Amino acid sequence: MADFGFKLSKSSTLDLDKVDLKVYNLLCKTDPDIKTCMACGSCSATCTAAPFSGMSMRKVILALQRGQDVRPMLGKCMLCGKCTMVCPRAINTRHLILSICKCYD
Amino acid sequence: MIYEGKQKIWSDYQKEIPDDHWYYVRSCIRQNFFPASERMFTEITKNVLKKDIYETPYHTTCGGIAYHCDTIPQETVMTIVARQFALMTEAGYENYVPSCITSFGNYSETLETWREFPELEARIRENLWKSCRREFNKPKYLAHSSDLIYHWRNEIAQKGKFRLVDKETGEPLRIVEHIGCHYAKMFPHKGVGGAEYPYVLAGMVESWGGQVVDYPERRHCCGYGFRQYHVKANRGYSVSNTYKKFESMEPFHPDAIITNCPGCPYFLDRWQYVISEQTGKTYGRNGFGIPVFTYEEIAGLVLGYDPWDLGLQLHQVAVEPFLDKIGIEYDPKAKYLGLNKEDILRPGLPTSMKCF
Amino acid sequence: MKDNIVIIGGGVAGMEAARQLIALGHKPIIVEKSNSLGGHVASWYKLFPDMTPASEIIARLTKEISDANVFTGTKVLSMTKDKDTYSLTLDNGVTIAAKAVLLATGFHLFDASKKEEYGYGVYDKVITNRDLEALFRGEKDARIDNPKAVGFVHCVGSRDLKAGNSQCSKVCCMTAVKQAIEMKEKFPQAEIYCFYMDLRLFGKKYEDFYINAQRDFGVHFIRGRVSEVGETFDGRLQVKAEDTLAGKPLKVQVDTLVLMSGMVCNPTVSDLVRQARLDIDDDGFLKSRNNIFDILESNRPGVFYAGACTGTKTVPETLAEARAAALEIHNYLKDG
Repeated sequence: MADFGFKLSKSSTLDLDKVDLKVYNLLCKTDPDIKTCMACGSCSATCTAAPFSGMSMRKVILALQRGQDVRPMLGKCMLCGKCTMVCPRAINTRHLILSICKCYD
Repeated sequence: MIYEGKQKIWSDYQKEIPDDHWYYVRSCIRQNFFPASERMFTEITKNVLKKDIYETPYHTTCGGIAYHCDTIPQETVMTIVARQFALMTEAGYENYVPSCITSFGNYSETLETWREFPELEARIRENLWKSCRREFNKPKYLAHSSDLIYHWRNEIAQKGKFRLVDKETGEPLRIVEHIGCHYAKMFPHKGVGGAEYPYVLAGMVESWGGQVVDYPERRHCCGYGFRQYHVKANRGYSVSNTYKKFESMEPFHPDAIITNCPGCPYFLDRWQYVISEQTGKTYGRNGFGIPVFTYEEIAGLVLGYDPWDLGLQLHQVAVEPFLDKIGIEYDPKAKYLGLNKEDILRPGLPTSMKCF
Repeated sequence: MKDNIVIIGGGVAGMEAARQLIALGHKPIIVEKSNSLGGHVASWYKLFPDMTPASEIIARLTKEISDANVFTGTKVLSMTKDKDTYSLTLDNGVTIAAKAVLLATGFHLFDASKKEEYGYGVYDKVITNRDLEALFRGEKDARIDNPKAVGFVHCVGSRDLKAGNSQCSKVCCMTAVKQAIEMKEKFPQAEIYCFYMDLRLFGKKYEDFYINAQRDFGVHFIRGRVSEVGETFDGRLQVKAEDTLAGKPLKVQVDTLVLMSGMVCNPTVSDLVRQARLDIDDDGFLKSRNNIFDILESNRPGVFYAGACTGTKTVPETLAEARAAALEIHNYLKDG
């Protein structure tokens, strides 16, 4: 292949027709409350790990809905449970994190 | 697709195009990219349609490339534009027709800016007087040269020798129309048909017997983007936009692309080669690319001009399959002969994309 | 009680006001330009929040205003004031001298084809919220053929300065959530996407609908305004938006795209407004004397407003205003 000194850039567009929702669909069965997230961000605002690691439960749920691998972010969680306390939709986020881990077993 | 729905929108975006007496200005780059296109415009308008088209060698760049590359400020651009208008005024013309889409956008933007800020126009008049002792009238009508060919499309069809039709099947050829961003995206009412469903090229395709292909990314920029291309580090980003367009039009199997901008046909043509070298992928049939034409080239083919006199040998993507489909005759051996009938040498052939 | 009261507009606002005026001992005259009463509500299938059939509301109102004098298929040609009386000329040749006039002229659904980028009237599979209600009511619609994916575009012509409408149309968010659920019930295999800027679910039970749509019907809510729609080779629609929560561009193909057309002031009222010298508000709707205390009063004594002619309203809000307007008119005539 010829080297032009530049290449096609990878598109950041999320193509919802091509995303793999296997993990998300599994979670919808074990933790159906995940579907009611309204992305308020209070989980991330209160997260112990967030300011130092970029952990965000809101982003984790969104990433699952867009078929992305969330394991790198999950590794930052300290399982303190503060996010569960503040969720206005009463999503058991701490349980959700444990369920996500099982999906990748 | 509901054709009547598009017609309704087109009827909302009509512009007045006077039938004669135009002051014509060329593009900085088109004569290098597609050398016969502007020559064809004057040939068709002056010799075939017998119109009064005036040109002057004192015309310069409009400053558009520098402006869009962030290297000169708008006030400088406007002063250059003012000088062009002065040349038009001195020549006794009121209708101004640039060949370049970015120029057309630049003139439109300047005129609209002056309309909003008359004090700025006064300052530019002063700049022009101080710098070169010239005065100007604003054009009464501003049109892009594709607007003019659109305006005369039916006369061209009547005088035409060929139609954009498959000679074997009698079916209309499938043509993608690509409009330069600076034609109507800034001012939809300044373009024939508006900016969402532009009609300027679609009208030519219909009039000349072809069928317009409407594909999801039809509005997308070709990717040129001035400083995106001119800075080598950004070129990946430029070619990626072209790639996005071809991926979107691929299932429609277009026979050709017609364009009205200096940059678009160049990049839609040349980037097909780059994409084929990098990914092995080609978008035309049987390993060819999709040929990309200027509207003057298509008009020239319809009128029966020799493809090599139209400069089609300078295209990267082979145009021969398209010519064969219509039944336009050409001498393959004459492809790389210059005007003096001497060999102008042959380009190297791509790895993946079939070319002659 | 023989003063004439003319109600212009026979939608739910005009009908409910007539019902209350009859109960208060008056005999109102309804002038309706279309051939039947019921206005927009008559073309709707079920109404939130209780999923009440719209036909039930219309049937009940129709029954209870049988004593009113109703002109359907009739337009008001002119409305002029002479001392304390308004003279209204109708296009059927009738002239009425009225002590009080109630404008219940309602709204006009925003013409979705004005948003050229969404392709209403150009792409076969793009429909509006009203088209969808017709489908729910049992009308055949060749554009909707067992869709595998359906998109809803919120705020079409609303919160859109370029479309000339800065206002939120208020009911569309809830209508979209309602219609998304109804669509999922009708086509359980379909993926449903709602593209919104904010979800403005302010009313009674609205938030519950939202939670149901998410939890029980798996509706996908994507925060981002649709920027453009294109038709794919196989006749589907490619929808582009930004997933603003992810900060990334997003695209998806759908088989049906429903545009949530917003409310604009009924343009047919403009002649009357000019003749009667009524004020128009910045949002293009009729201007109330005061937006807290005197919503139902115009700048002209004897001319009253009810319902969506002064701004976007839900059905219950419209009915409540109509009742209140009836009482205002009753008191106005009594004090006469």
